[in-house]
Amino acid sequence: MESPTPADPSELEELYRLLAAVRQLDTAAVRWQRQGIIPGYAPLLGQEAAQVGSGYAVDPTRDFLFPTYRELGVARAVGVDMVEYMATHKATWHGGLYNPATTHFAPIQAVVGGSVLHAVGWAHGQKLAGPGEDGYNVAVSYFGDGASSQGDVHEAMNFAAVMKAPVIFFVQNNGWAISVPTERQVAGGSVAARAAGYGMPSLSVDGNDVTAVLEATRQALAHCRDGGGPILIEARTYRLGPHSTSDDPGRYRSLDEEQAARRSDPLAACEALLRTRFGTPDSFFAGALAAGEAEAEAVRQGLEGLAPRPGSEMFDFVFQQPTPALKAQAAAWRTESEHV
Amino acid sequence: MSETLSSPLSPAAGDGPAAPAPLTLSMQGALNRALGEVLEDNPKALIFGEDVGRLGGVFRITDGLQARFGAERVFDTPLAESGILGMSVGLAMAGFHPIPEVQFDGFAYPAVNQIVSQIGRMNYRSRGALPMPVTLRVPSFGGIRAPELHGESLESLFVHVPGLKVVSPADPHQAYHLLRLAGSMPDPVIFMEPKARYWQKGPVDPADAGALEGARIARPGRHLTLIAWGAMVARCLQVAELAAEDGIEVEVLDLRWLSPIDADGLAESVSRTRRAVVVHEAPRSSGLGAEIAALVTERCFNTLKAPVERVTGFDVPYPSGDLEDEYIPNIDRILFGIQRVLEHRRG
Repeated sequence: MESPTPADPSELEELYRLLAAVRQLDTAAVRWQRQGIIPGYAPLLGQEAAQVGSGYAVDPTRDFLFPTYRELGVARAVGVDMVEYMATHKATWHGGLYNPATTHFAPIQAVVGGSVLHAVGWAHGQKLAGPGEDGYNVAVSYFGDGASSQGDVHEAMNFAAVMKAPVIFFVQNNGWAISVPTERQVAGGSVAARAAGYGMPSLSVDGNDVTAVLEATRQALAHCRDGGGPILIEARTYRLGPHSTSDDPGRYRSLDEEQAARRSDPLAACEALLRTRFGTPDSFFAGALAAGEAEAEAVRQGLEGLAPRPGSEMFDFVFQQPTPALKAQAAAWRTESEHV
Repeated sequence: MSETLSSPLSPAAGDGPAAPAPLTLSMQGALNRALGEVLEDNPKALIFGEDVGRLGGVFRITDGLQARFGAERVFDTPLAESGILGMSVGLAMAGFHPIPEVQFDGFAYPAVNQIVSQIGRMNYRSRGALPMPVTLRVPSFGGIRAPELHGESLESLFVHVPGLKVVSPADPHQAYHLLRLAGSMPDPVIFMEPKARYWQKGPVDPADAGALEGARIARPGRHLTLIAWGAMVARCLQVAELAAEDGIEVEVLDLRWLSPIDADGLAESVSRTRRAVVVHEAPRSSGLGAEIAALVTERCFNTLKAPVERVTGFDVPYPSGDLEDEYIPNIDRILFGIQRVLEHRRG
């Protein structure tokens, strides 16, 4: 897919501000891990355009997003509170502290490929509920080249295509599933090519070009809203950082490769477009990065102020209607612990 | 064949409105009737799975429901159990009450990630924002000379998973009322149907559920308690009848809810009878009998006259039909278990 030519700078500037905020939050989160503020983090460095461009296109008041554990950029783009999001990485609560029912951003998913079927089920529910005035609400399922190996992803695509469910399978092919490169992961070399086997259209897009990702996602949303059924977007990008703060990419890839990938930095690409097309001044970029830095600092303060949840919550959320056995365990915990 | 029923007690025409009369239904008919009523009561309830639509399910439990409620509410899915259960998560997130069917117990294994890691945890992960009212029906246990992986007893696997509730009915009346209850609960319920009992008829009183929480005393007795669920309840009732000929009064406790287990009900019965034998089809080691023995021991240690006995399947893969009668606890093995607790002498 080609990158469209934006008519005026306001949207592109908005996208850049989002990219800058996500870059600052993401790189800050790695620092927080090194400083001991959070125990771990999965950086998205290099994937900002894929996440911001797609998230920006979605309407979170009606659509529903299904992330993995590396979608901070999507979460930020759709307005999820960043302290509540980062709470998962602070080990406060597995799914994060944000409300997935009101944000339409599903709880953080640790199992690779685990939530792709959830998106299909939710989308089928929209089909059953019927379209609104502006067509169907759409599920957007995020996963990567590694997850594409999972059987659940095949089942999800087949179910969605059979049922014509309004779901976008948004694949961030970032080159690496921890230490295994795409060529050892994806037979045939492309996840998008698989869509044809399900009778489903696909879009292959430069995932480092935020306007191209935005345009592809808008096209896909229109396809789904019109009742065209599922569609797949493969955003080709690169995971510039480690898989997680516990990972060491030096064991499986070369510095030369990483440095080559850095030449297609999504922020630099967006900046170049703004400068050449609209003559955007230095002050704008400096301002956006400074705003992102300030936001990250506010999130750090929020995280440092985040107290552990009360131990009673271990028991409170297992069921809607707790069982007698669970109530008895909660009572015993309360009696025997000193956390009362 | 929407119902297999005959009601000798049907009110005569012209009697005016009256409480529905007790019926005689097979368990298949009772389950079918319950599902129809769950769909009537809750417009958000959906039934789906493999062959549950036009065919009515391989056991005909959903017979006639697609014709009655339409192909949007009762539908066939592609043949993939993880897909069926994963889709249930998303439908529940969208406000529906999914009632998926896994065609046979052994086909739940391919869906374990979705059942264990997703359905069982989503309410917890989301801090209660995304309830999972999923009623998963699983034709369960052995006894019908079926192929491999069509006769599994999965209860120990499921009851060990936080966030799931597990129930198994023993007769048509229980099946009808427990499924209606499970189909209205806001939490995930694994509903284990004893497929060997699908076609046995029994009375069903739609108007009088009786208590549906916890265990129930299927037959009172004072010498020992036989604890069972699913198809083993009927077998234990047979055993109780035989034992009565020898003057042994056996109490049969139908556990019904396998998670949560009714520890109070267990203790109430065994504290009276002072002896307990657990009977289950599942393999012995770390089976539910072990948990029951622990609960009984914790609560009744001072009154027990013998260690809790277990009469169970063996730690082997469920065998072919020719050998299943050797595997499933039979009347003789249960009687031996009874003899062991009656003859136990301390030290």
